Amino acid sequence: MPMNTLIETVLGYWQWLPVAVQTVVVILAQIVAIIAPLMLSVAYYTYMERRVIGRMQARIGPNRVGYFGLLQPIADGVKLLMKEVLVPIKANPILFYLGPVLTIAPAMAAWAVVPFQPGWVVADINLGLLYVLAITSMGVYGVIIAGWASNSRYAFLGAMRSAAQIISYEIAMGFALISVLIAAGSINLTEIVMAQQGSAAHWFALPLLPIFVIYFISAVAETNRAPFDVAEGESEIVAGFHVEYSGMTFAVFFLAEYANMILICTLTSLMFLGGWLSPFEGIPVLEGLFSWVPGIIWLAGKIFVMAFMFLWFRATFPRYRYDQIMRLGWKVFIPITIVWLALVGAAVVAELPWWFD
Amino acid sequence: MSAAVKYLRSLLLLELLAGLALTLKHFFRPSITIQFPEEQTPMSNRFRGLHALRRYPNGEERCIACKLCEAVCPALAITIESEERDDGTRRTSRYDIDLSKCIYCGYCEEACPVDSIVMTREIQYHAEERSELLYDKAKLLAQGDALEEQIAADRALDAPYR
Repeated sequence: MPMNTLIETVLGYWQWLPVAVQTVVVILAQIVAIIAPLMLSVAYYTYMERRVIGRMQARIGPNRVGYFGLLQPIADGVKLLMKEVLVPIKANPILFYLGPVLTIAPAMAAWAVVPFQPGWVVADINLGLLYVLAITSMGVYGVIIAGWASNSRYAFLGAMRSAAQIISYEIAMGFALISVLIAAGSINLTEIVMAQQGSAAHWFALPLLPIFVIYFISAVAETNRAPFDVAEGESEIVAGFHVEYSGMTFAVFFLAEYANMILICTLTSLMFLGGWLSPFEGIPVLEGLFSWVPGIIWLAGKIFVMAFMFLWFRATFPRYRYDQIMRLGWKVFIPITIVWLALVGAAVVAELPWWFD
Repeated sequence: MSAAVKYLRSLLLLELLAGLALTLKHFFRPSITIQFPEEQTPMSNRFRGLHALRRYPNGEERCIACKLCEAVCPALAITIESEERDDGTRRTSRYDIDLSKCIYCGYCEEACPVDSIVMTREIQYHAEERSELLYDKAKLLAQGDALEEQIAADRALDAPYR
C-alpha cells in the first residue's frame, strides 16, 4: 500500500513539526482556500459584467476567446502581466507602488471574518462587523495615495472625489449596519446570520427594507461603481486615480475593485438575506425538497444575485453629478437611516414578532 | 402635487425601478449584433465599393477616354491619359485611380456616358503600402472582368429608376 505509507509518512512529519509552524501552515492554507476561489470569481465577474451589460445593450459581449469567450479573463490577465509597468518620472515611486497594495490588501483581509457556513470562517471574532467596517475603510488610503503619488491632475482629482465620496457614504453605511446589529443583537457575523433563522420572510431585508436599499446603494457608492463612478468618470477625468497606472499595477486596482464588489455582495447577503440559510426553512414541503442543498450554495446564489444587481445598475443608470452624490449621501441617506434606527430600536424593545422576538 | 408627496414618492425610487425594468426587458431580448466575418448585413445593389472598368461583351473596353470622370472627381483621384489607337479610336493609355484620395462619392460612375467606370460591391480589399492603393488600368479592368456578372445584374436592377 504505497498510498497509505505516503499519507502516514506525511502525517508523521506533520506531527513532528513545532506547533507554531503547524499553526502558520494551517492559516496559510485557509488564506489560499479563500483567496484562490476569490481571485477566480473576480476574473469571471469581469467576464460576467461584459456579457450581462452586452446583453442589456443588445450586444453579445466577448465570445471569441475559448468557448463562449470563457477564456477572455485569462487572456486579459496575461496581457496585463506582459505589459510594462510605467512609473511617471515625477511620481513618488515608493508611494506609487504602495497605492495598489494598500487598495487590494483590505479587500482581501476583510474576508477573514466572513462565515461561509456554520463554522466555515477563518477568524470567528466577536467584533466581526466592526472589523469589516474598519478594514474596508482602509481601502480609501490606497486610492488617495495612488492619486497623490501619480503627480497627475486627473489622478489627483479622482482621488479627491473618491475619498470624499467613500467617507460620506461610510456614515450612511455605518448607520445602516447599526440597525442590523441592533436587530440581531450581536456584532458577530455568524450570530447575525443565525438571528435570521426561519424562512425568507425572517430575513432582515424585510423588516429593514429601507435600510437594505440604502445599504446597497451606499455599497455601490463605496465601491465607486456606476452610477457613482465619478472617481473614475471616463468622460470627465479619463480614469481617475489610476490614470497613470499600467500593466500589473493597474490590474491590481482592477482586482481590488471587483474583490470589493464581491465582498460587499457577500456582506449584504449575510446581513440582510440570511447568509447560508435556506429561503425555505420552516416551510412544510419545500424545506424537505431543498434540504440537500449545502449552505454555501445558498450563500453563493445570493451573492450571485447581488453581483448581478451591480451590473444591472451600471447598465441602467447614468452617472450622478458630484454635488448630487454628496446631497444624496448627507441630506437623504443619513437622516433616513437615523429615523429608521430609532424605529428599529423601538421595535426591538417592543419585541415585535416575528423578527425581533 | 405638494412638495411632501413629491418627496415621499421619490423615496419609492419609482423612476429608478422603471429604468431597471427596461434594461431587464432588453436583457431577455435577442441581441442585434452581426458577427462580421461569418455574418454580413444585406447590401444594396447601389453600394459604392471598389471601382472597376467594364468591357463590352465582345471584349472591347468601354472607356472612350472622354475624361468626364476625371473632370467630375471632387477628390482629384483619377488621372487619365489618352491616345489614338491603330484602328483610329480614342482610348486611354493610362487610367489611374488613387484609392487613398477617393471619397467613394460615385460621381465618376454617374458621369460616365458608356457605363465604363463603375463602383462594385467589393469591400474586402486592403493595402499595406500606399502604392498598392494606386489602381491602374490593368487592375481596374481585371476587377471588371472578375465581377462583370454582378455588375451587370446590379445595373439591370437599377435601370427602371434611371
